[in-house]
Amino acid sequence: MSITVYVPQDAVALGLGANRVARAIFAGAERRGLDVRIVRTGTRGLLWLEPMVEVATSEGRIAYGPVTPGDVEGLLDAGFVEGGAHALRLGKPEEIPFLAKQHRLTFHRCGVVDPVSVEDYRAHGGYRGLEAALTCEAEGIVAQVRDSGLRGRGGAGFPAGIKWNTVMLAKSDQKYVVCNADEGDSGTFADRIMMEGDPFNLIEGMTIAAVATGATRGYIYCRSEYPQSFKTLRDAIANGVKAGVLGDNILGSGKNFHLEVRLGAGAYICGEETSLLESLEGKRGIVRAKPPIPALKGFLGKPTLVNNVMTFTAVPYIMEHGAKAYAEYGMGRSLGTLPIQLAGNIKHGGLIEYAFGITIRQVIDEFGGGTASGRPVRAVQVGGPLGAYFPDELLDTPLDYEAMAANKGLVGHGGIVVFDDTVDMARQARFAFEFCATESCGKCTPCRIGATRGVETMDKVISGIRPEANLKLVEDLCEIMTDGSLCAMGGLTPMPVMSAITNFPEDFRRAGDLPVAAE
Amino acid sequence: MTLIKEIDYGTPIRLNEQTVTLTIDGESVTVPAGTSVMAAAMHMGTKIPKLCATDSLEPFGSCRMCLVEIEGRRGTPASCTTPAENGMVVHTQSDKLHRLRKGVMELYISDHPLDCLTCAANGDCELQDTAGQVGLRDVRYGYDGDNHVKPSSDRYLPKDESNPYFTYDPSKCIVCNRCVRACEETQGTFALTIEGRGFDSRVAAGPTNFMQSECVSCGACVQACPTATLQEKTVHEFGQPDHSAVTTCAYCGVGCAFKAEMQGDRVIRMVPYKGGKANEGHSCVKGRFAYGYATHKDRITKPMIREKITDPWREVSWEEAINHAASEFKRIQAKYGRDSVGGITSSRCTNEEAYLVQKLVRAAFGNNNVDTCARVCHSPTGYGLMSTLGTSAGTQDFKSVEESDVILVIGANPTDGHPVFGSRMKKRLREGARLIVADPRKIDLVKSPHIKADYHLPLKPGSNVAFINAFAHVIVTEGLIAEDYVRERCDLAEFESWARFIAEERNSPEAAQAITGVDPQAIREAARLYATGGKAAIYYGLGVTEHSQGSTMVMGMANIAMATGNIGMVGAGVNPLRGQNNVQGSCDMGSFPHELPGYRHVSDDATRESFEAIWGAKLDSAPGLRITNMLDEAVGGTFKGMYIQGEDIAQSDPDTHHVTSGLKAMECIVIQDIFLNETAKYAHVFLPGASFLEKDGTFTNAERRISRVRKVMAPLGGYGDWEGTILLARALGYEMNYSHPSEIMDEIARLTPSFTGVSYQKLEELGSIQWPCNEKAPLGTPMMHVDRFVRGKGRFMITEYVPTDERTTGKFPLILTTGRILSQYNVGAQTRRTENSRWHEEDVLEIHPFDAEMRGIVDGDLVALESRSGDIALKAKVTERMQPGIVYTTFHHAKTGANVITTDFSDWATNCPEYKVTAVQVRRTNRPSDWQAKFFEEDFSLTRIAEAAE
Repeated sequence: MSITVYVPQDAVALGLGANRVARAIFAGAERRGLDVRIVRTGTRGLLWLEPMVEVATSEGRIAYGPVTPGDVEGLLDAGFVEGGAHALRLGKPEEIPFLAKQHRLTFHRCGVVDPVSVEDYRAHGGYRGLEAALTCEAEGIVAQVRDSGLRGRGGAGFPAGIKWNTVMLAKSDQKYVVCNADEGDSGTFADRIMMEGDPFNLIEGMTIAAVATGATRGYIYCRSEYPQSFKTLRDAIANGVKAGVLGDNILGSGKNFHLEVRLGAGAYICGEETSLLESLEGKRGIVRAKPPIPALKGFLGKPTLVNNVMTFTAVPYIMEHGAKAYAEYGMGRSLGTLPIQLAGNIKHGGLIEYAFGITIRQVIDEFGGGTASGRPVRAVQVGGPLGAYFPDELLDTPLDYEAMAANKGLVGHGGIVVFDDTVDMARQARFAFEFCATESCGKCTPCRIGATRGVETMDKVISGIRPEANLKLVEDLCEIMTDGSLCAMGGLTPMPVMSAITNFPEDFRRAGDLPVAAE
Repeated sequence: MTLIKEIDYGTPIRLNEQTVTLTIDGESVTVPAGTSVMAAAMHMGTKIPKLCATDSLEPFGSCRMCLVEIEGRRGTPASCTTPAENGMVVHTQSDKLHRLRKGVMELYISDHPLDCLTCAANGDCELQDTAGQVGLRDVRYGYDGDNHVKPSSDRYLPKDESNPYFTYDPSKCIVCNRCVRACEETQGTFALTIEGRGFDSRVAAGPTNFMQSECVSCGACVQACPTATLQEKTVHEFGQPDHSAVTTCAYCGVGCAFKAEMQGDRVIRMVPYKGGKANEGHSCVKGRFAYGYATHKDRITKPMIREKITDPWREVSWEEAINHAASEFKRIQAKYGRDSVGGITSSRCTNEEAYLVQKLVRAAFGNNNVDTCARVCHSPTGYGLMSTLGTSAGTQDFKSVEESDVILVIGANPTDGHPVFGSRMKKRLREGARLIVADPRKIDLVKSPHIKADYHLPLKPGSNVAFINAFAHVIVTEGLIAEDYVRERCDLAEFESWARFIAEERNSPEAAQAITGVDPQAIREAARLYATGGKAAIYYGLGVTEHSQGSTMVMGMANIAMATGNIGMVGAGVNPLRGQNNVQGSCDMGSFPHELPGYRHVSDDATRESFEAIWGAKLDSAPGLRITNMLDEAVGGTFKGMYIQGEDIAQSDPDTHHVTSGLKAMECIVIQDIFLNETAKYAHVFLPGASFLEKDGTFTNAERRISRVRKVMAPLGGYGDWEGTILLARALGYEMNYSHPSEIMDEIARLTPSFTGVSYQKLEELGSIQWPCNEKAPLGTPMMHVDRFVRGKGRFMITEYVPTDERTTGKFPLILTTGRILSQYNVGAQTRRTENSRWHEEDVLEIHPFDAEMRGIVDGDLVALESRSGDIALKAKVTERMQPGIVYTTFHHAKTGANVITTDFSDWATNCPEYKVTAVQVRRTNRPSDWQAKFFEEDFSLTRIAEAAE
């Protein structure tokens, strides 16, 4: 009787030795004469338990983790292939509290299915959304997306329905759907987990978008730092074409959608939609001025729908279960679920898909289990390197677009990075400028020159060279960059800087005023 | 006189019938829809600070200086990228905007040299102006941070001085991208990019320097640069000009308008004039930078005479030279007859000057022996278009290309020969217009950055008419005729007989393949595209006219344009790319032996009498001799004297042996020119001429556009060319009384129906005028044949293919075709005396690798090029631009002697020489040819100038 063992091949798991674990299981099973079939999956997102190995038993899947290659012999001896007891036994993964408390509307198949198998995807409920969409008119699909309250999950939070509507109404001989898979924010990995764990969810979402907007070609722009995602997507797309869910006449509908995955080349700025389009066209990835908006003049000058991975992957659920079902989750004008990525100095980091409205403190305490170091949390940065640093007083802010903005923060792509009390916030402010200087496309002056001057001025503050005057200069510079920059990278770099200065003022005055001669 | 500075609106002028009205700083302004807020502000005189915006380029939005506040909108949008909308309320000033602008400027200056006072851009620097405008007082960041300025910095890059005309100084660059965008949008060469990202960003001409890159030195980037980063070397050396005048370029038939920017009477630089309709602010390397020939040391500034051509020249006074010339002409006419002398007008001198030369020949010599170089280039255009349409000039203006849907380029290489127009065409192609190229060579238009011809039809030289007949055959037999148009506007009987002729099987693409060498399927598809692709325009050049069937081919093109309804609307037409700056003008001015000014035959009594009345002389009613006839008769002993103004037939005309034999047989040749040219070697009187900078007058370009040439310096030789002609006429006994060229134009206007409305006053008002300009069209005529053809009904002419007598043989198995390149101009008299020779020091023979290999030739070998006319030696360049069986060279250097090779075959109707088809053989050699040896010897012996006494 064949036993199925699931070993993740997500990048985190690979980094922690999952391939060697798989080989050890295979070899060990063979030696014991066990008929074991290994399926490589994505990750369930409980990253501190990776590599998390699961085995299919009569009572369902049983998980073990974190498994190192050295643990394999012991596990085999303990009969893990039948769900036997072992120190690493976690029980049913869906009963692990970290996972059980989540609202996995989008991520429920990650770590469960064989990512590149169309059959496995359909067996787990996949393509019901597309089938529903193919029975609607384009306007009907767009109405559902609009009524669901789905907002762009890349960070801008722009209502997806409005963007889809604009592209749908645009008149052109050719339209495109482009997925922004450049996930460049430090501390984020939701897109990667999805692309490596359940790529057909993204493919299905993009296909629905193509049907709704009238696009016949699509591109996934995947950052070059995600080679596993690139490979997984490519293999999934190839299988999709063979199965008739991509290419000409998808699912016999008479509609065409040709999808390709393209690689970036190491530029954070290409996560900005117009730079992304420039890069996709084979040009230098610099930001375009708007108007015109990409929805009207995008890829090769044609109407183009650009959305984040998470935005597209929410759509199959919406089409299958209806806009109202999705809108039942969340609060205020932030409806549906947010894929929160918890990282940094945290005990239990990973992917937490939860309805909007949960507070930052709840995420850190109830899911994260506090810092990894055990020391108190001092600062939390939400929304990536351009997000604000919140002190303890602000940790009760709910994860909601408007509530975060009201406290001068942002939700962004949903990344949360935790810092304990050893963090030097002046260095973090300097890092914000340094990151901008490294990644700046160089087109607009506030960012091209301002970021570099910001680093230099922060250095002066940190060394105690006329700190008050230079802090004032930093604040003036922040105004220039916020109001003057061409895109959100220069425009939001001041957010972490000013939040650090405002919320942690003591870190900026440690050196004291040095005598003039020291300059 | 002050320095002319056009207003810069910041973003391109948008034309739109719809307008929008908005309020800026409390004032209402109405502009065409699509105009930016920045341009709208400029319309009402408010200059919003800017650095990366300029109205020749699409808005970019990078400098962030032009931010404004708009009521009802968040933030501070950039006014260059924000379209003005109805009801918008804009504030261009506020405390916040002031802080932002000052703050951005502070960032700029933190990475910029502080040497304003000694910088070449001092007085003409937008960064300097804008810093002043925003009130920057200090740079709080200090100057010790990361920078591109100090040589000690890792990022410092030294000046690139490789280009002979301008420098690139990376330390001053503000990364506004205007140069990169100018090279993309205006010129279309895409030679520049930004290297690196973020703070690293610097302009780069590829991985090399400017000279080694793809840069064609058009100067658009220098013009666009707001700082001294890209700056003319002349400004570095001499400083800022203080006054300027608008004039017209003296190179090609595009006729770009330039501002000659001066210090005193020294030209500091030539800057394209944005108001010029032909060029709209663009230029090429020649007009922009290669004007130094005007003050070259080779300029002859004193009249000279000699008895025998082997004698050295003797410098004399104007009086002595003129009297000697006049007495010689009188003596010759007395001895050999009235018809034994003649003249050649210049296609490079002004309209007024050409008019005076033909007036001298007709009124003072008393015959019609006057001709012009248009004979050797576009005379078939005159014949062909006159026969079919009724007018011998192009049908559109250049702007028309902006609305073409299909462009058919035949026998022309606009990116080399008419670069500024080539750029305008490429811009339209990048927008999606379709392109068909019919040329034996793979010219740039076939494939270059962002340009790809839909069809390249590499027809063999000499097969033009077979090709156009095959093209027409498809249109007629596949039912692609524009029937309503033909029925309404063309002579139906002649159309039907033409259609029957064209439909014959022998005119099909399949049958033509044996002659043209072109895939018949490609011809079919291209013809369908031309007939059905929308507004289709034909642009053609000397690859059409310089053939034994040149006139026939022109008629063939007019035929297909009429058959598809492609004449008389914007975006279509038949457009000859006229070569010389004033060849159109010299033709208009009656330079042909059979025509008086305005293309009226000399035998037309009424016309001739009107001239006789004003000129006060009896005029000959029989057509005179063409240049080739003059030379024939010289060799025959009956033609003995010539007055040649601004032409060099010894270098430019075909069959050099024949030309020099004819010249040597004459007794008095008077040359009026700026340099001692090849023809002057055989001359007896040399009158120093004046360059275009040294006289007032007008040029007429390929669009029939008459533009002013303005004098900015005194003639180096003492007299403008028109003044020299008056002196000679007076000495011959015929008085000409003009105190200024405007009076000459007034006389032209009185005598020529298509010019009656032209005057210098009107030219001042309108800038330029496209003829016809008269009561029917008081402001000129951009497009011809709008409602009806000039001759009434368009006339289809039967175009039977007759192969040229020039055949390849076993002895001469290859075909030579000739042409031009970008940096040199025609005989090179001007451009060889400038730094342009750095790009083209010698003429080379382009040969396909297959032909080269068969002959054991590698790139750079000296090869002998031989035809039945003669042989020359030159270097070979092995390239796949050619096809097997066809070789190519240029004629820019006299010492090459390219025309030693060309034959005496010519167009049956006009004698336009068949430069484009010569049967040749190519083989390796190790010495120059006999002709070249003789050339070097005569280059010395026939050009010596005696030391002036005292």
